[in-house]
Amino acid sequence: MFTRGLKRKCVGHEEDMEGALAGLKTVSSYSLQRQSLLDMSLVKLQLCHMLVEPNLCRSVLIANTVRQIQEEMTQDGTWRSVTPQEAGRAPLDRLVSTEILCRSAWEQEGARPAPGLGDGHVQGPVSDLCPVTSAQAPRHPQSGIWELDGPREDRGGFHKSLDQIFETLETKNPGCMEELFSDVDSPYYDLDTVLTGMVGGARPGPCEGLEGLAPATPGPSSSCKSDLGELDHVVEILVET
Amino acid sequence: MPSHRMPSEADIISTVEFNHTGELLATGDKGGRVVIFQREPESKNAPHSQGEYDVYSTFQSHEPEFDYLKSLEIEEKINKIKWLPQQNAAHSLLSTNDKTIKLWKITERDKRPEGYNLKDEEGKLKDLSTVTSLQVPVLKPMDLMVEVSPRRIFANGHTYHINSISVNSDCETYMSADDLRINLWHLAITDRSFNIVDIKPANMEDLTEVITASEFHPHHCNLFVYSSSKGSLRLCDMRAAALCDKHSKLFEEPEDPSNRSFFSEIISSVSDVKFSHSGRYMLTRDYLTVKVWDLNMEARPIETYQVHDYLRSKLCSLYENDCIFDKFECAWNGSDSVIMTGAYNNFFRMFDRNTKRDVTLEASRESSKPRAVLKPRRVCVGGKRRRDDISVDSLDFTKKILHTAWHPAENIIAIAATNNLYIFQDKVNSEMH
Repeated sequence: MFTRGLKRKCVGHEEDMEGALAGLKTVSSYSLQRQSLLDMSLVKLQLCHMLVEPNLCRSVLIANTVRQIQEEMTQDGTWRSVTPQEAGRAPLDRLVSTEILCRSAWEQEGARPAPGLGDGHVQGPVSDLCPVTSAQAPRHPQSGIWELDGPREDRGGFHKSLDQIFETLETKNPGCMEELFSDVDSPYYDLDTVLTGMVGGARPGPCEGLEGLAPATPGPSSSCKSDLGELDHVVEILVET
Repeated sequence: MPSHRMPSEADIISTVEFNHTGELLATGDKGGRVVIFQREPESKNAPHSQGEYDVYSTFQSHEPEFDYLKSLEIEEKINKIKWLPQQNAAHSLLSTNDKTIKLWKITERDKRPEGYNLKDEEGKLKDLSTVTSLQVPVLKPMDLMVEVSPRRIFANGHTYHINSISVNSDCETYMSADDLRINLWHLAITDRSFNIVDIKPANMEDLTEVITASEFHPHHCNLFVYSSSKGSLRLCDMRAAALCDKHSKLFEEPEDPSNRSFFSEIISSVSDVKFSHSGRYMLTRDYLTVKVWDLNMEARPIETYQVHDYLRSKLCSLYENDCIFDKFECAWNGSDSVIMTGAYNNFFRMFDRNTKRDVTLEASRESSKPRAVLKPRRVCVGGKRRRDDISVDSLDFTKKILHTAWHPAENIIAIAATNNLYIFQDKVNSEMH
C-alpha cells in the first residue's frame, strides 16, 4: 500500500523512474523514517512542556536528537520552504506511511536506516512537515510494544496524537509563523522554559542570588527566515532567546 | 516482600541501599516512605531463618510539596538513600527527594526505667503517705522500640532535580548532585552549602549536557567523580580549586562509527557510576552496557559487558515509548569480582569479571519460592530457541529492575522489582571470592 503511494509521488516528480526506483525507495524510506523520528521528537518536547516537572536530562537528550536530525537534513539538502499549495496536500496519508515505516522497518532485525546516507542527490518526498503547535496532545501511554495484546491500540493512540497536531495546521497557512504563534506566550519558546517547564520565566532559588534571569522574548521574529525550512524555523524559535 | 495493601504507585521502590555492615537494608519509595530491614542474627535454634531480613522500621521521610513560584509540585519520591558510617549505638542515614536532603537518626530503645518513687506504673503521682521507703529505679527490658527522628534538613540547595548523594570518607561532609550542579555540605550545617561543580551555561539554550550521577571516592576524601548524559566521566580533585569545573581526568570512550545512529548519544548517557570497593575502578551503566574503568586509563574502559544487546535494533520503538530514558543502576560485589545490573522483564544480570561468565536471573514471585534456587534465564534473538527461552518480542518493558544492591561482604543481593523487594542469598557460596 505505502509502496504504491511512494511510487505515485515519485512519478509526479521524476521522469525516468525504472532504474532509479529501487535505490530511491531505500533512500526515501530512510528520509521518511528520519522525518518520522523528527516528528516524534518534537511531540515529545511538546509533551515536556505539559508535564508537571519535566525531566531535564530527557529534554536535553531529545533536543540534541532534534538538532542532529536537523543538521543531517540540512546537509542532505532536503530542506525546502513550504509553498501554500503544497501545504494543503494531505499530510495524513504521509503520516500513516511513516508510522507504518517506523514499525515495519525497525521491528525487523537488522533493518536500520543507514546513518551515513544523504549525499545531496536525494530527492526525498516533500518535506512539508508542519510546525508543531501548542495543541494539546494526549500523552502517549507507555506502550507494551512487545506484548502480544495491546500494540494496536497504542499505535492508534500515537498516530492520533500526531494527527491532532497536524489537523490544527490544515486550517491555517503554515507559511506565516506569526499567526501560528501569536496566541502563545513568548517565553514559552525560550529553550530555558522548554527545558525547565516554566512558563513565567522567573528562576527562584536562594542559591542563585543575583544570577540573571533568562530574558523574556518580545515575540517571534517578524522576519521569517525564509532561507531555512519550516522545521528549521520551528527549532530556531524553540531555542531562540 | 509482599505488600498487604493493594499495590499502588506510591509503593514503587525507588532506591535500595545496604548499610556498611550489611546488617541493615533501607528502601525508599515513590510515596516518600523509607523502610529499613534488619538481618536476623543466625541462631542454632532456628537454622532455617538464618540471616533473613525482617522489617525493622518504617517512616515517612518526605512529603509532597508545592513550589508556588514555579507552580510545580515537588515529588516526595525518595531518589537516594545513603547510610552514614556508624559512630555510636545509633544508625544514621541521608534520604533525598528532588529538592531536599534529610538526615535521620535511628535509635533503639529496649529498656525502660521502673520503680520511681514519686510516680506509679502509669506515671501518675503517688499518694506520698503510701511511700514508706526509697528505692532506686532500675532499667528493665521492654519490647524493642525503634525510634527515628529527623536531625537535619538540608533544603534550598538545588534548583534542579537531585539525582545523587554521596557521603565523604571523612564522615563529616557529603555531596548532592542535581542536573547541573554539585554541592558540598557539612553534615552539621544546614543553612549553607558550597557549590563545587556548575555546568549550567550562561545561556540555557546552549545546554546540551547534564550531570547524571556522582560519587565520592571511597578512600580519598578529595576525589569525586560525576557522569554526564554524553557518556563521559569526570574525576575531580577538590584540592585543586574551590570550583571543580576543570576535571582532573576525563574518561570518555570514542564513538564506534559503525554503530552510529540518531540514538547513539542517548544510549551512551551514563545512568549510574560506582567506585569499586578498592577504589581502583569505576563501574558505569549506560542503556545497553556496563563498563569497568581503570582510574589510570582515561581513553577507554578496560571491560565492557553487554546487558541486553538484542535491544540495539529496537531503539526507535524504545525511544517512542520512552524506555530508552530508563535509568538503570549497577553494583559491585564486596570483592569487586562480580558486577550486577537490572534489565527488563524483571531480569537482572551478573557478570563475573574473572571467569567472564554471565548469568540472567529473574525476580518474580513464581520463580522465587523461599529457598528455591533461581534458574538462569535466556533471551533468544531468533535462531534456535530452547524451551524456556523468552523471545525479545515477549519481554515486558513495564517490568524493569532499575535498583539493585549488593551486601558489602556476603553474597546477598537486594532487587527492587517495581513495588516488590526481593532478597536473594547464595548459601552455598556465602563467602566472597
